[in-house]
Amino acid sequence: MSSVMYERMRVNPKFQELVRKRGSFAWTLAAIVLVLFYGFFLLVAFSPALLGQKIAEGSMWPIGYTIELCLFVFFWLTTVVYVRRANGEFDELTQQLIKEAQKEKL
Amino acid sequence: MMSRVLSALSLLLLHGLAFAGPAMDAGGAKQATNWHAIIMFLIFVAMTMGITYWAASRTKSTADFYTAGGGITGFQNGLAIAGDYMSAATLLGLTAMAYTQGYDAYIYMLAFFAGWPIILFLMAERLRNLGRFTFADITSYRLDQGKVRTMAAISSLVVVVFYLIAQMVGAGQLIKLLFGLDYNIAIFVVGILMMVYVTFGGMVATTWVQIIKACMLLFGGTVTLILAYSQFGFSFTDLLQKVEAVHKLGPKLMAPGSLLADPVTAISLGLGLMFGTAGLPHILMRFFTVGNAKEARKSVLYASGFVGFFFNVIFLMGLCAVIIVGQNPDFFEGGEVGKKLIGGGNMVAMHLAKAVGGNMLLGFLAAVAFATILAVVAGLALAGASAISHDIYARVIRKGQATEAEEIRVSRFATIGLGLLAIVLGIMFEKMNIAFMVGLAFGVAAAANFPVLILSMYWKGLSTRGALWGGYGGVISAVLFVLFSKSVWVDVLGNKAALFPYTQPALFAMPIAFILAYVMSKSDTSARAKAESDAFEDQYVRAQTGFGASGASH
Repeated sequence: MSSVMYERMRVNPKFQELVRKRGSFAWTLAAIVLVLFYGFFLLVAFSPALLGQKIAEGSMWPIGYTIELCLFVFFWLTTVVYVRRANGEFDELTQQLIKEAQKEKL
Repeated sequence: MMSRVLSALSLLLLHGLAFAGPAMDAGGAKQATNWHAIIMFLIFVAMTMGITYWAASRTKSTADFYTAGGGITGFQNGLAIAGDYMSAATLLGLTAMAYTQGYDAYIYMLAFFAGWPIILFLMAERLRNLGRFTFADITSYRLDQGKVRTMAAISSLVVVVFYLIAQMVGAGQLIKLLFGLDYNIAIFVVGILMMVYVTFGGMVATTWVQIIKACMLLFGGTVTLILAYSQFGFSFTDLLQKVEAVHKLGPKLMAPGSLLADPVTAISLGLGLMFGTAGLPHILMRFFTVGNAKEARKSVLYASGFVGFFFNVIFLMGLCAVIIVGQNPDFFEGGEVGKKLIGGGNMVAMHLAKAVGGNMLLGFLAAVAFATILAVVAGLALAGASAISHDIYARVIRKGQATEAEEIRVSRFATIGLGLLAIVLGIMFEKMNIAFMVGLAFGVAAAANFPVLILSMYWKGLSTRGALWGGYGGVISAVLFVLFSKSVWVDVLGNKAALFPYTQPALFAMPIAFILAYVMSKSDTSARAKAESDAFEDQYVRAQTGFGASGASH
């Protein structure tokens, strides 16, 4: 029975739309996080002195600390962005998809 | 030397012991009995026992026992995940590291944090949509139930047992230090409380223990920081000026130090941290306690918010302690600033609490540390018990014919068995150098659990043969790399030189697992492999839509 349901959903163009949209959204965000994270680690490995400097003359804020604080906030914001869209737009699409598959006559 | 420092760091980061590493030798001396701490801890125990009693009445089915009936909300689960993830070592070890090494501690905190968004984007909803009680439900979804489940259960148990030993030994030493209790008594207290929570209250009780503990930890840490930071007028500039003026590293305190100088070990550690977290059975299990993918996503949102917030709190605590603790002769042996800290390097957070909040806050924070250990071991025991009862007993031995009552009974016996094993091993390993154990647990999680799990969700071509080769290959190579590394081959077995030059296995063991799984699946031309590949289609629709996923029973 559920195999029939899965088949109906799979052929629904909305399913392709869901998979494409959510997939590219998730992978884009993942790529952003990974690039920033490993990019930051490369900075740590290859120019530690730069990260230790202050952001401006007379300021006590070190560049490294400031960047990292922003990364903490930014990474968390990416989760907010993803959860809002996935729990809103994508879940709505999913619900439509399931409803349409259930409505179809056997 | 480098790898030694890194392994010590990874150890304390990866929730293991609070005691390791050159800068953080715990004195090991038994402290005077700390009554404030003991009373507050007893209040915690009374509260959690009450919850366990209540939870026991709600634990009837296997779903109740393993996943709290799927009735946990995203917010509650987020707190529970944070409670599972932030250990006593996070609080004590990382504060101590910020105090001695400054900025390096902050870099490690980011590495510890960055895995969460990745878990959210790539894993959370598929885990929820495909899994029921254990992550082996997902890996064996369309593969050979008997063989793949056995493999997943074995690697889960390897992770759980090594992790438990590390937690137990750390717990014994920490409690001896904080509460003035005898090591063996501390081990028994932890082991027995853990058995009671899990045996009677299952996942409901375990979840609430983790939630309460997370709230206590967040509250205690935040209050300590506010009191400490107020002495600097909440000015980061003022704090840094004073800290850099007195710290022996001076302005270098806020620059990356020597910890990441070896890029291979650093990357291997980073991989192990990020993907080990995504392969820990007790963390994965938490995704099955919520009702649907929506709540699973929210869980990560809240969990990463709390974890990220808390890392920032403890980093600032460590910096404040440089002045408040580091310049106060009362906290040094012999009353001389710059000598050894009383109780060892890990006591920085505790001394800070005492300095800014007196014995009350010190007692509270010590009780938090104890509660933290309990919450983590309870989660581990439940994950281990479910691998034995759900995967091995109900699915492999009884082939799905066991009744729920039988399965729950087996999981209770398994919990008691694991608890006794943890007590015995905790006592046996008291004097041993167990620095490798958490690294090994994370190595196996990253190299055995994670590759097979992610491939089973994303790659149509994965066959039973590929999963078995990848899974066993990952376990064996991770174990061998650790065995031949300095932390076991030299430090435990007493050989002269390590056969494997790095202490972190992930960078090497993970590719082995992926390549074996890939090659052995690709070359598998059997009819079964073809059927398994065809079955991916339905699994894929379910993973994407959640249709047919096991739902909330409450």
